[in-house]
Amino acid sequence: MIAPGKATSLCLVLLLWSLGYWAAAQSSQAPKPTIDGIVSRALAAGGKSLNAPVSDEAYISRVYLDLLGTRPTVAEQDAFLADPSPERRAKLVEGLFLRPEFADYLSLKWGDILRVKSEYPSNLWPNAVQAYHQWIREAMRTNLGYDKFARALITGSGSDFRDPESNFFRVLPSRDPASFARHVSQTFLGLGLDYLDAGTATELGRFFSRLAFKRSMEWKEEIVYTDPLAPGSAAGPASASTSVSYRFPDGSRIEASPGADPRIVFADWLCSPANPWFARAMANRIWSWLLGTGIREPVDEARLGGPEASPELLDFLAKALVDSGWDLRALYRLVLASQTYAQESRGDAEPSYARYRIRRLDAEVLADALYRVTGKGEAYVSPIPEPFTFIPKENRSISLADGSITSSFLVKFGRPSRDRGLASERNSKVSVDQELYLLNSSALRQGIEQGPLLAEALALAKTGKAGALSYLYRSLLGRRPSPAEAATVEAYLKRKGGPSRQALVDIAWALVNSTEFLFRH
Amino acid sequence: MKRTKLALALLGLLVAQSPRLQAQTGPAPAAKAVIQIWMWGGPSQLETFDPKPGAGYDYTGPWTKPIATNVPGIEIAQGLPLLAGIADRYAIIRSMTHGSNAHETAAYMMQTGHEPGGGIVYPSLGAIVSRFKGYDNGYTGQIPPYVVLTESQGRFSEEGFLGPRYKPFVTGGDPAKKVFAVEGLVAEGVDEAGLAERRALLESLDSLGKAQAADPAIAEARAAAGDAWALVTGEAKKVFDLSLETEATRDRYGRNSFGQACLAARRLVEAGVPYVTINYKGWDTHKEHFGVLDKKSGELDTGLSALILDLEARKLLDSTIIWWGGEFGRTPKIAWEAPWNGGRSHYGAVFSVLLAGGGFKGGRVVGSSDARAEAVATRPVYPRDLLGSILERLGIDPEGALPNPLGLELKTMPSQGEGPGKGRLKEIM
Repeated sequence: MIAPGKATSLCLVLLLWSLGYWAAAQSSQAPKPTIDGIVSRALAAGGKSLNAPVSDEAYISRVYLDLLGTRPTVAEQDAFLADPSPERRAKLVEGLFLRPEFADYLSLKWGDILRVKSEYPSNLWPNAVQAYHQWIREAMRTNLGYDKFARALITGSGSDFRDPESNFFRVLPSRDPASFARHVSQTFLGLGLDYLDAGTATELGRFFSRLAFKRSMEWKEEIVYTDPLAPGSAAGPASASTSVSYRFPDGSRIEASPGADPRIVFADWLCSPANPWFARAMANRIWSWLLGTGIREPVDEARLGGPEASPELLDFLAKALVDSGWDLRALYRLVLASQTYAQESRGDAEPSYARYRIRRLDAEVLADALYRVTGKGEAYVSPIPEPFTFIPKENRSISLADGSITSSFLVKFGRPSRDRGLASERNSKVSVDQELYLLNSSALRQGIEQGPLLAEALALAKTGKAGALSYLYRSLLGRRPSPAEAATVEAYLKRKGGPSRQALVDIAWALVNSTEFLFRH
Repeated sequence: MKRTKLALALLGLLVAQSPRLQAQTGPAPAAKAVIQIWMWGGPSQLETFDPKPGAGYDYTGPWTKPIATNVPGIEIAQGLPLLAGIADRYAIIRSMTHGSNAHETAAYMMQTGHEPGGGIVYPSLGAIVSRFKGYDNGYTGQIPPYVVLTESQGRFSEEGFLGPRYKPFVTGGDPAKKVFAVEGLVAEGVDEAGLAERRALLESLDSLGKAQAADPAIAEARAAAGDAWALVTGEAKKVFDLSLETEATRDRYGRNSFGQACLAARRLVEAGVPYVTINYKGWDTHKEHFGVLDKKSGELDTGLSALILDLEARKLLDSTIIWWGGEFGRTPKIAWEAPWNGGRSHYGAVFSVLLAGGGFKGGRVVGSSDARAEAVATRPVYPRDLLGSILERLGIDPEGALPNPLGLELKTMPSQGEGPGKGRLKEIM
């Protein structure tokens, strides 16, 4: 007889062995969780299912806008649609990772979170902003591991101009442990400091209580360093005790040597795979960037222990991020290959994370899309007339480093102030003044009339109006007109006496003002 | 002692017999609107409302001849003769102070009344007024309740934590041009028939909008577009059509961008808009200060005096507060050396602000600076005192709760008791 305990152990060993075998053999029979499996089950609970998959035409527009903040050109659409490979969507995504716009657009998102902005209320000077942005962009371009990225920012010391990651704490208008704790918490844990109990918040601040700042002889240069003797420091004078006790937000404790930089102690805990929030917060952000809603909302100031629409999905994504060695692109790949991402956008509100949400283009993305039409570019202004703040019109808005450098268009369309580093600062609602600009401003009307897109369409119109019409649709909306739309346009052209310049202007104007142009969908 | 009492009694008799003064003894009815003339860059106190002719050449430069106003004892700078003729209509605060010489911090304090910091960005006065006198509280005008002529301030987000609903409507365009092309409202060269035709085309081609009309984001966009069309095709936009004014009126305000912006502001207030800001750029005079002043003083003098008198003639001055001032003043000691060549730097220790209308008493001077306009001599006035007084005149509790999306308990202005100084401007209210 085998003892019951041993039988259990044996079964467990067998089970583990067989699981390992199956996994090694990549057997399709293994009940491996997938995004689509989890989301489908959640939808099925409400008697619903995933929407029909989008066409390749719609997929390329969607993935270009989500990864590059840019619509695909007609040539890019052609190249993708002509690819016979069944792996063409995955190949497309790999190619987009290498595009400069991918690094630009991700840096824009990080700029919002990290408050990359010249004074005021941020404390950065324009050249510190440029240095910081360049550092972030390089990290995104080279796909720096997310753990290394976070560690560098948390532990960064040195000059704001020469050691860009030292700006992480410098941006804050108030320099006290509570402000540092808030910034770290919302950036890397996705938790609002106000929702932590007072003791936990205070303990979190202690890791940053030795942060110190000093001026140099250079105008607006500042050195960030760790001062072991900082007044109000957690430890007091380093020699006073043999060890210092710290408590992490999850309640675990550590005894650190008095000489240890508590920021490093904290970074070790933060980037550990066992950290219950670090990977989840980032996975949740990527989900919200791609699908339009976080699985946990808000993505940055969530309540500790607050509801997660799908803990299972967050677990799965967070684990994937950890298992990939903190590779953000691996997580992108996973989501972008899912049917959940590639389903049609229509659908009801619940559960909100389970659909691709229709949402207005970001101010910067819209500015760039209109630049393609008008060729005019943005008249950027900076409140600080310093070197590094004069940005030429041709500069794409998604590549702007500095939240203080702006244009009336970007302000009107809700570019975030970057004052608080929260996702909610970006306003992508459509307002009356935005519609006034789009429908009736002289600037946009003249831009359409005199811009490169119309000239290209007019050149095509000489060889046949169908080509011109298709070109306008594909350039502006990333697809060909439906038969019904073609008939509507045909009737309009007929009334106007053919594909005249004015008639094409009218059509381009209508498409620019259409919901489809203004929204990702 | 007896003499003083007698004098006071006589004065009392005098007051009782003067209808003008008598009217001011009761609390004035609440003001309805504000025109803020934001002197972007920081205007010099010495060359506007606090001249110091005796301070010596290093302080006065060539401007040594201040002029008497129509109020005995009040002199203002020599570049403002028209304003000197109507000093009984406005109060001068000569002891404004906050101590900051940085544009960003100073502008924030002067526009919000709060010290920076605490991870919170307060809304500007315009956004506060928009919150309490705009769409949330019965304002029904098609023109948004907070209008900025013609460029946005840009130093910080005017709406602060109140959010985009309280953001100003920024006109763009230039009111001094033949057509004041307010962005999106007034389009040159499009007739109504063409507009209607385009609108119909857009409706028929908006496939996604129609297919997903129930989506909340799309429904909101379509509603905004409907409102925009109503503005474009409606009457409300005529408020910006300065050609409806007589040539004489337009001339009186001065045929320049600032003067015509003052005229546009008057029209907006007449139409019921509660808060109008004129962003008047060009006062950051580090270099060749006096050359700039020679050029710009006439523009300022003409536009501001015409605005005050025109509002008065239309019986709107009592209900409209005009607030003139920048983020700070300028350094009294002149930098003669290159590259400044007679320039003045930023100065937040003491500077001047002007208040007219809306129940503020004219012909008064509040506080004083020292002999060289370098420090407050008497009655320091802090940003919260100034902004709190304006709110009080508008019937908005300056220490009342400021509802906010952060869910925090915040007040419109810091309490009077919280800081130094004597609080709100009771002496001119």
